[in-house]
Amino acid sequence: MKSYKDYMLFDKLPQTWCAGCSHGIVLQSIAAVMAELDVDKHDMALVSGIGCFGRVDDYLDINCMHVTHGRALAAATGVALGNPNLHVLCTMGDGDGTTIGGNHLIHAARRNINVTAIISNNYNYGQTGGQYSATTPTHSITQTSPYGHIEDNFDICKLAIAAGASYVGRATAYNPVMIRKLIKEGMQVKGFSLIEVMSACPTHYGKFNKLGEAARMLKLMNEQSVTVAQAAKMSPEELKGKLVVGVLKNEPRDDYYTEYARIIEAQRIE
Amino acid sequence: MEGKFDIKINAKFCKQCGICSALCPKQVLEQEVGKVPVVAHPENCIGCKLCAMRCPDFAIDVEGK
Repeated sequence: MKSYKDYMLFDKLPQTWCAGCSHGIVLQSIAAVMAELDVDKHDMALVSGIGCFGRVDDYLDINCMHVTHGRALAAATGVALGNPNLHVLCTMGDGDGTTIGGNHLIHAARRNINVTAIISNNYNYGQTGGQYSATTPTHSITQTSPYGHIEDNFDICKLAIAAGASYVGRATAYNPVMIRKLIKEGMQVKGFSLIEVMSACPTHYGKFNKLGEAARMLKLMNEQSVTVAQAAKMSPEELKGKLVVGVLKNEPRDDYYTEYARIIEAQRIE
Repeated sequence: MEGKFDIKINAKFCKQCGICSALCPKQVLEQEVGKVPVVAHPENCIGCKLCAMRCPDFAIDVEGK
């Protein structure tokens, strides 16, 4: 049986992220899922944007493309339509995927492009020093909101569900088994699938908000999370400040290329 | 007492973040601040591999003997 190491470039390690950063956990999960599914490296393509989590392409031994800030899904759309037989993964952070590239996210979900998007949400722009992003919780402290953040934050999963994604799931970095399960299911679904992984940034977000070291941040995240079954029994007031984890939507519909191929077939002149 | 599992920690990759030692369900690993974790109680290891999966630095390998 293959191990995740077969899909990684181990000579590039140790990786560049800070001590305790959860992005490494998500990277290992992505490589482990590819090993579990035993996919051919040539059948895989990964597009990543700018940001801390955009660096996953440096360590994976598959076809990778590193594109401009926020435009990872736009490039992934092109890859998926250019070669529909590829498994396309798209890795983004919260700043890249929802703040700068938020429009690409909702339109990729609406068009149902056959891409598996993995967003690692650490609540801030880590690479540039911890500025607030669209997912920073209200009243939390960041580099650019030293007296508390006054805006409301996005719920990435609700956004993708409303925009029409086929598969939406959320997991925390505390639970790597669930991350693997969601990525695996997301890759097998035809159409747009989005997996949001809540991750810890102990260097910036954790430091400013006094959340402690990486392990404590992961524990707090686990205490905050409720499963879909538990959430169904809770009132909206009780759900405030909680993270609903698990498969939030699994309703596959025909993806963009399937519809497109149907048009080509219907208009063909013999 | 010897355990059933072999836990290898790569000191070159480890950044001493403390996730593995703090979150191990059986307290197999022990760590001091600023040091690489040590396998203190290998006999307690149940082979769940959560330490390896949660290691952001790919520094831990758990194998059955």
